[in-house]
Amino acid sequence: MDERRFGADITEVPDEVRMRLSGDLNARADETLAAAYQRVVELGSRRVSLDFTRVGYINSTGIALVVRLLAEARRDGRAVRAIGLNEHYREIFRITRLSDFMEIIEGDAA
Amino acid sequence: MTALTRPIRRLLGRPVAVPEQGARVESSDVQPLPALDDRAIAVDIPESDPLLAYLQTAPGPVEVARLELDSPAVHAMREAGVALIVPLVSQGELIGTLNLGPRLSEQDYSTDDRRLLTTLAAQAAPAIRVAQLVREQAREAAERERLDQEMRVATLIQQQFLPRELPNLPQWQIAAYYGPARAVGGDFYDFIEMPGGRIGIAVGDVTDKGVPAALVMARTHSILRAEASRSDSPGEILARANALLVPEMPARMFVTCLFAILDPRTGRIVLANAGHNLPYIRTDSGVVELRATGMPLGLMADIQYEETEGIIAPGSNVLLYSDGLVEAHDRTEEMFGFPRLREAMTIDDAGSELLDRLLDDLHAFTGPDWEQEDDITLVTLRRASGVSEEADAVPNLTTAFSIPGEEGNERLAMDRVAAAVADLGISPARLERLKTAVSEATMNAIEYGSRGRAGVPVDVEVQATPEAVIVRITDRALSGSVPDDAETPDIDLKLAGAQKPRGWGLFLIKNMVDSMDVTTDGSTQTVTLTMARKEPTDG
Repeated sequence: MDERRFGADITEVPDEVRMRLSGDLNARADETLAAAYQRVVELGSRRVSLDFTRVGYINSTGIALVVRLLAEARRDGRAVRAIGLNEHYREIFRITRLSDFMEIIEGDAA
Repeated sequence: MTALTRPIRRLLGRPVAVPEQGARVESSDVQPLPALDDRAIAVDIPESDPLLAYLQTAPGPVEVARLELDSPAVHAMREAGVALIVPLVSQGELIGTLNLGPRLSEQDYSTDDRRLLTTLAAQAAPAIRVAQLVREQAREAAERERLDQEMRVATLIQQQFLPRELPNLPQWQIAAYYGPARAVGGDFYDFIEMPGGRIGIAVGDVTDKGVPAALVMARTHSILRAEASRSDSPGEILARANALLVPEMPARMFVTCLFAILDPRTGRIVLANAGHNLPYIRTDSGVVELRATGMPLGLMADIQYEETEGIIAPGSNVLLYSDGLVEAHDRTEEMFGFPRLREAMTIDDAGSELLDRLLDDLHAFTGPDWEQEDDITLVTLRRASGVSEEADAVPNLTTAFSIPGEEGNERLAMDRVAAAVADLGISPARLERLKTAVSEATMNAIEYGSRGRAGVPVDVEVQATPEAVIVRITDRALSGSVPDDAETPDIDLKLAGAQKPRGWGLFLIKNMVDSMDVTTDGSTQTVTLTMARKEPTDG
């Protein structure tokens, strides 16, 4: 069950903050994701990349958490990118039109 | 010899109108004798005592002082001050004795005395025997009347609680038989309507017979009905019934009971068992036993009951039954037994025809003069075989399961559905979509149907037709229906804060599968997801 526990590690790379997500992105990820974004705010970067490579499952509540993060980032004038989404979740980001508001990077992290 | 000692004991143990201590009758001597008084002396003669055989053939009164038998009874007679034993023999059977103390004159009994006593005994014995028989018969008649009365009461109680009619299920033939033994046992069966069109089926047997068994049966029946309205897990229903029955169960009584829940639409049957006979399912490939074990009800607190499930496919039937049939004996004391029943099940008979045949088999086995030893209960359900031309369209049930209605379990449902459809040739991309739809629909069922309570389950069924996969997710509708399309999620509005971030569930489901239908019957809501097995070709 441990690989399902949600995690969000922050690393600073040139020009952006990278948020490496892992585990299940569902209701239980709420506080961890909010705290991670708070850390992004403190670091003050103009761009945040969400790395989904190690996320195996995203449900509608997880989508809502991404929407909330995206809304806050847009208010803060911060760009959001998504990296490492598999084909299925790229489709979901497309039909929810999340992809209209965040750059979706296919393949490995840039 | 038991029958012999009993009348002797009775005769000696009460002040019968038989002269005892005959010396006093003929003597005016009032000298007190410390060892004797006016009461009859009860001397119990064990059936193994040689004195009995001796008295049986003695020609007349026997002087105790001269007896040279190694006999505890003789010793006891001497202790009690008996000097002379006059056997009372009627038609060659020793029915009692006259025990006389010493003559008050302290002289030996004379020849005349003995002759008088012999004559007296010869006349008294048949009269006493007649009196004994009359009393025995009166007692037996009273006992018979009491038993008849008790049986009438037990039968009345029993019949109050047996179903007056059988459930009427399309595509199913249901038949039940209850045959009480003369000394009514505690068998029962019941059909209970449950949410979602399902049927609870209980078959049970209370140990013991008569009114006590009937009362325990009535109580068990009521408890099962009450618990079936609170849970739809057979294991949980039995566990709760057991917890309620343990403190009130009379000593040396318990109840064996099988509780099954049948979904008539799919043939899925889930059951738990409290020490009862395992049901047989007849399928095209043979007769199988649906195995689940557990302690009988009312014996021990805190018992858990495992559940097992099976599918009654079209054309198959299931038989639930009590001990009375398999434990019936023939004249040579051979038991009808499970193998005979199993063999009898291999023939495809529907409903009452099957029951008639089983009873015919039983009567052929026991012979005509058989007295039924125990109640016999038989319940059978047969699912109609599919109409042949539509056979291809009849969906095959791939799997059916329930999950506790607790947050997070949607992943469990998702993974099990994915495993169930793994071999159906669905492309990986479409499988991912089905998984998301199942997960989202189950989340809604947990949130709205179960309100997140583990004890309120969500049922999932997966069916496959040649063209499509159908997943049905049924919840208990505790919060009514999932609000459908209350608000179409709009990312622009959400990002602008004009809509809450949530509310993507139904939107996702509708975009993931080919169709989503919602049906409700007041107590349950079912979301049916359909997805074609092959990607629809363009154009």
